[in-house]
Formats: sequence, C-alpha cells, structure tokens
Amino acid sequence: MDKGMIEEQVIDLLADICDDDAVREERDIDLFDAGLLDSLAGIEVLVAIEEAFGVQIAPTEVERGDMNTVNKIIDRIAERL
Amino acid sequence: MGFYTSPSFFIVLAALAIPAAACGVMERGLKAWGMVASAVMLAFLFGSSPAQAAAFALFVCVACTCAYATLASWKSGKKSMVVYRVCLAATIAPLVAYKVGAVFDQNILAFAGISYVTFKAVQVLIEIRDGLITELRPADYLYFLTFFATITSGPIDRSRRFMDDIRRQPTRAEYLDMLSRGMLLLLLGAVFQLVIASVAKYYYVPTRPLATPSIAYGIARQVANAYLYGIYLFFDFAGYSMMAMGASYCFGVRTPRNFRAPFAAVDIKDFWNRWHITLSTWLRDFVFMRFVRWATKRKVFGSRLSCACAAYMVDMALMGAWHGLTADYLAYGVYHGALLAATEAYQKKSSFHRRNRDRIWYRLLSWFITMQLVFFGFALFSGQLHLIVERIING
Repeated sequence: MDKGMIEEQVIDLLADICDDDAVREERDIDLFDAGLLDSLAGIEVLVAIEEAFGVQIAPTEVERGDMNTVNKIIDRIAERL
Repeated sequence: MGFYTSPSFFIVLAALAIPAAACGVMERGLKAWGMVASAVMLAFLFGSSPAQAAAFALFVCVACTCAYATLASWKSGKKSMVVYRVCLAATIAPLVAYKVGAVFDQNILAFAGISYVTFKAVQVLIEIRDGLITELRPADYLYFLTFFATITSGPIDRSRRFMDDIRRQPTRAEYLDMLSRGMLLLLLGAVFQLVIASVAKYYYVPTRPLATPSIAYGIARQVANAYLYGIYLFFDFAGYSMMAMGASYCFGVRTPRNFRAPFAAVDIKDFWNRWHITLSTWLRDFVFMRFVRWATKRKVFGSRLSCACAAYMVDMALMGAWHGLTADYLAYGVYHGALLAATEAYQKKSSFHRRNRDRIWYRLLSWFITMQLVFFGFALFSGQLHLIVERIING
C-alpha cells in the first residue's frame, strides 16, 4: 500500500471519528489541543487503524505527542506496514 | 521498620544514600549499589516477619516465572493467549487472595506493598503481550520489582521507563542535579507528612460522637472533620510520595510524581489527572483504554458516551476494590465512577457548559462544586459517612 492510499484512508477515518472535515486541510495541527480528539476518540482511532490496516498500536506504545496530528498518524502507520 | 515514618528508616536511608552519591559522582556502579541498598532495605522491611518475607519471595517467584513464560511464548512466535491469561491470573492471584482474606480477617499471602508491586508486575505482562517488551534482563526486572524507595506505597513506576534510567549511568552533572532535587524532595516531603499532615491529624478526630449541643453544631463538626481528613490525607500521601521520589533520585531513578495540586482541579476528570497520578494513569492505560478498545471492537455500546460512562464505572470500581474489599472503599470507587461518567455526559451534552466553560465565574463555580464532591468522597473513603449512618440508625 503506498503512502497516498494510507493518507486517503486515514483522513477518511479521522474525519468520521472527529466528525469534522477540518482534518482534511489541517494536517499538522494538534488534534487534541484543537478539541477534535479526546482520549476516548483517540482509542477509537487506534481501533479503526487496526481494522483498516491490520496495524495494532497498544495504548501505551506511543506518547500522545507522537500521534497528535494527521501527518504523524499517517507516518506511524506507514512505518509499520 | 516503618518506611518514611520511623527515625531508623531515615538513618539507614542516609547511610545507604552516601555511597550512592559517591557512585553517582564517580559515574559508576549506581545500579549495582541500588540493588544492594534495596536488599538491605527489604531485610529491614520483612526481617521481623518471616511470614511476610515468605509471601514476598513467593510473589517475586510467581511474577518472574509468569513474565518469562509469557516472554518465551511471544519470542517463539506462538504468542499463546492461554499462557498469557494463565500468567496474568497467577500474578494477580496473591493480591486477590490477600484482599479477599482481609474481608474474613485472614492474613493470606500478605506483605507490605503487595498492592503496588502487583501493578508493576501486571504492567510488564501486558506490555509483553502488546509486543512492547521484547527483552527483560532478569537482574533489571528483579530490581524493578524490589526497588526499595517505592516498594511499600508507590508511586507506581513503569518498567520501560525505570530500566531506561538504571541502564544509563547519568553523567556527574546530571547526577548532582538529581541528587539536589532528591534531597529537596525528601525535605519538602518530610514537612508535608511529618508537620502539616500531623497537625491536620491532631485536629481530626474520626470517632467524635454525634451527641453535641445542637444538631447544627454536630453537622458543622462533621463537615470540619471531613475537610481536615482530606487535608491530612493529601499532605500525608503527597509527602510520602515526594520522599519516595527524593529517595529514588538519590539512586538515579526518576520516579514519576504522584500529585499535581489536586485541590486546584476544576472538574472531577481534572482531579484524577492530579490526584494519585501514577494509580489513575495506570488504570487509564491498562483498564479504561483496554475496556474501551474491547467494547468498541465488539460494538457493545450504542454510543461513544455510553461506552465512556461504562468504562469510567469499571475503572473506578476496580480502583475502589484495589484499596480494599470493604463497603467504604467500594462505595468510594463507585461514587467516583458515577461522578466521572456524569461529568463526561454533562460536558459532552450541555451547550451551557460549552458556552461558558472558559469564563472565570464558571470555572470558579466548577472548582467549588468539584471540591465539595472530592471532600465528600474522602468522607466515604475514611469511613466517616459509614460511622454517621451507623449512629443515626442505632440512635
């Protein structure tokens, strides 16, 4: 799977979980600071990533700061695929 | 010997910290000396009670066997969930036996610090399962489980963080910085625990009879008692936690902090980010998040909110049970679970909250209400409410 495809899927699933299309444009804002994600929605993101890509990310694997923007989430998945 | 309470503890600590400081300044041997110091301290802790010493030794054997059995299964690629689950159950079993035994006044497998060390061992098991721990040096794991500074009452450290600290000998400058912080924390912690908490405790009389000149006076005394108890509890435990951090720093271990101005919390969620932080984050990472992940995958709940509320209840009920299987502790857990669930629902649903949450009057009001709820919780925790209800019923 190339990075473009990952990007597209990640953005779709984030737009769905955050219920906000802002994630399509703002790829480097802190999703937690911006109020788009909270810790619960964060876990939904992990579950959605596992279902979509088969990549398991444990809750204690990453610090919040390592997965708090759209681009960081995409990078993290690309790393593991 | 009472850790962080008996004068003899502080004398032994000073005697053990001086060689540690020498190791730190010479940039060698801090970890080895830390292990020796832990062995000496454990001898003092369990020396007078062979039963506790045996229960502790049994626990360490079980925890090590389970950790290495699970690790072997994961390394071999089999990743047997049966092995993992049996190991998890075996690691938790002594704590459960102890807590259930306590209900029937039986002393089963009890040793000082069992509640805290169990959490450390369980964290290691779960993270082996998650694939986050792929190697575990026996000496390092043993040191993690038996590190004297935090063994009796936390803070609950995490193994990967702890091992990063002990494997990297700090430079002289880094160590001296840690040592000075450590000594400051020890002193400040002593003031918190031995001075402020002692004063609060002096005025707090838990068994004060209800028979007072008037009902209003009686109620006022009970309210004052609840506040005094809360203040005592904070300064006692925060003081202890600071001293445990301070002692850790002397041995090159950056034990995480346990309290961050809890009485400045503006809501109950905020309170749990500030109160007994290493316990609440442990429960968040290993209970709350796992429960939410499990429920989300299976679509157990219709909405994110109901899932969150259920997860808060499970998380906090377990927190109460961990303190002890008594009506008071269980009620304390359920009470906080319900408060967190209600806070979550209110903050998600209320447009009034969204409109006003950044205004000063709203934050002040929210802080005031939070504090009343928190101190009411302490009255549950201390058994004060239980006593009052009992007296009312019995006349």
